[in-house]
Amino acid sequence: MSTHYDTIREILSKQFGDSILAWEFPYGMLSFTIQPEFNLKALTLLYDDPDLGFQFLTDITGVHYPEREGQELAVVYHLHNLVTNVRIRMKIYVPVTKPDVYTATGLFSGANWMERETYDFFGINFIGHPDLRRVLNVDEMDYFPLRKEFPLEDQTRIDKDDEMFGR
Amino acid sequence: MPEQVNINLPEGSIEKQTTRLNLGPTHPATHGVFQNILEMDGERIVKAESTVGYIHRAFEKLAERRPLYQITTLTDRLNYCSAPLNNMGWHMTCEKLLNVKTPKRVDYLRVIIMELARISDHLICNSIVGVDTGAYTGFLYVMQYRELVYEIYEEVCGSRLTTNMGRIGGFERNFSDTAFRKLEKFLEEFPGVWKEFENLFTRNRIFMERTQGTGAISAERALNYSFTGPNLRAAGIDYDVRVHAPYSSYEEFDFIIPVGTTGDNYDRFMVRNEEIWQSLSIIRQAYQKVQAFKGTEADVYHADAPAYYLPEKADVYTKMEALIYHFKIVMGETEIPSGEVYHAVEGGNGELGFYLISDGGRAPFRLHFRRPCFIYYQAYSEIVKDTMLSDAIVTLSSLNLIAGEMDA
Repeated sequence: MSTHYDTIREILSKQFGDSILAWEFPYGMLSFTIQPEFNLKALTLLYDDPDLGFQFLTDITGVHYPEREGQELAVVYHLHNLVTNVRIRMKIYVPVTKPDVYTATGLFSGANWMERETYDFFGINFIGHPDLRRVLNVDEMDYFPLRKEFPLEDQTRIDKDDEMFGR
Repeated sequence: MPEQVNINLPEGSIEKQTTRLNLGPTHPATHGVFQNILEMDGERIVKAESTVGYIHRAFEKLAERRPLYQITTLTDRLNYCSAPLNNMGWHMTCEKLLNVKTPKRVDYLRVIIMELARISDHLICNSIVGVDTGAYTGFLYVMQYRELVYEIYEEVCGSRLTTNMGRIGGFERNFSDTAFRKLEKFLEEFPGVWKEFENLFTRNRIFMERTQGTGAISAERALNYSFTGPNLRAAGIDYDVRVHAPYSSYEEFDFIIPVGTTGDNYDRFMVRNEEIWQSLSIIRQAYQKVQAFKGTEADVYHADAPAYYLPEKADVYTKMEALIYHFKIVMGETEIPSGEVYHAVEGGNGELGFYLISDGGRAPFRLHFRRPCFIYYQAYSEIVKDTMLSDAIVTLSSLNLIAGEMDA
């Protein structure tokens, strides 16, 4: 890891201390996990600090780990500093029973639909989001389809008998 | 903007001051199935609300069961105007996860294919901007030359629109001589045609009046909306994944990133035009590099990754290892290493990212596509606010919204 990454680690560790749960460096991208209640504070620091300057939001998405009790749902942020050309990944884990996360829409207008999509598929509740509705699925849907408890249809099933669409 | 003059409606009237207009969901006025509910004051748009998701296909869910090579067909259907770009992006993501190093010749061939895809993508977008401003001729004329690109695809992989091109580690077969002849034909014929197309539009008074100053977004807002690709560059920011994070040996090529200043429809059109010229130059450079390979080196078209790259059919019948690998690959029984990868390529519309989490099974644990279209379409309602309806149509096409990429 270069000195640049060390600086990033230093600044974040100084501010958040033990709230940062893990540092990783998978496949060349600096990645850290932080306590969920600090997500917005961390994003703001990453945005505002002149030595960090992560002012470009690349992506927000969710992941469901059903076997991790108490932290089943993950929200993953990919940020990019376009000036120094450094990418960083931030992760937070929240329980599936109370998936509350602060919204990043105040910092990034682009977070709006990304968070709506994450809500749509994983049911992450983004507190403070101006318009938290489903975006790709129908409004009437009452479940979150990318969670692991919804398996894909068995590819070998033979009980379907539909002239138009059956197998 | 003059102050709105209220019409005096009678007491208790249910009439509103504004009219609601549905733009879509149809194909002719908009590209693909998505809808805009516009609140109109005469011809001026007061408020726009965009809805997407009419064709949701659950790609990310489907990918959780498929072995890596079967996901390539899903990526075809993201931005179907430049399917090979998505294919190559996906293969490179897999190669990053699997630590497969591709030979230089594969990189150059990929660059040729990716730049052809970029040309065909920009060609459609820019000619459609023409159609939406009332100039149909240019569109029909250049469409013939997209055909030449599709013929090259056909020669390389056998299909045209949803290409499913290449494999992890390289291409399914070496490029034939016909493919190179067709490439030469394209390189010879296309520039003249594109010059003619530019002559039709760039200094055309009607076109300029329709596009200049309409649908503009400032650099700050574009960045804040996570814009990438030509739309961001038109606003004046020179972010290009090919330069910022070179993949497939892009660092060896000499090209410039065109940028605009105002971020309006005209600048987006001009940036895409210039990118086509740059792509042509990159293709020529890559073709030269490919031609420089002699002897056995000229036959290299894939990496040595037996666990993921399908063996030659003849070997499958005669060699045991090849048979085993063939079976394991086709049945998708190869265990992939666990890890977490983000890889991005410069797609036709911007940064096309693949976020792949593997837990060591046969299929990804989670796969997320960063679709540039989905991300910048949310800015549409802000861009078209307080503009005329006809400008909104041009803005829609000059942003190059591909419905397939909005959904995942």
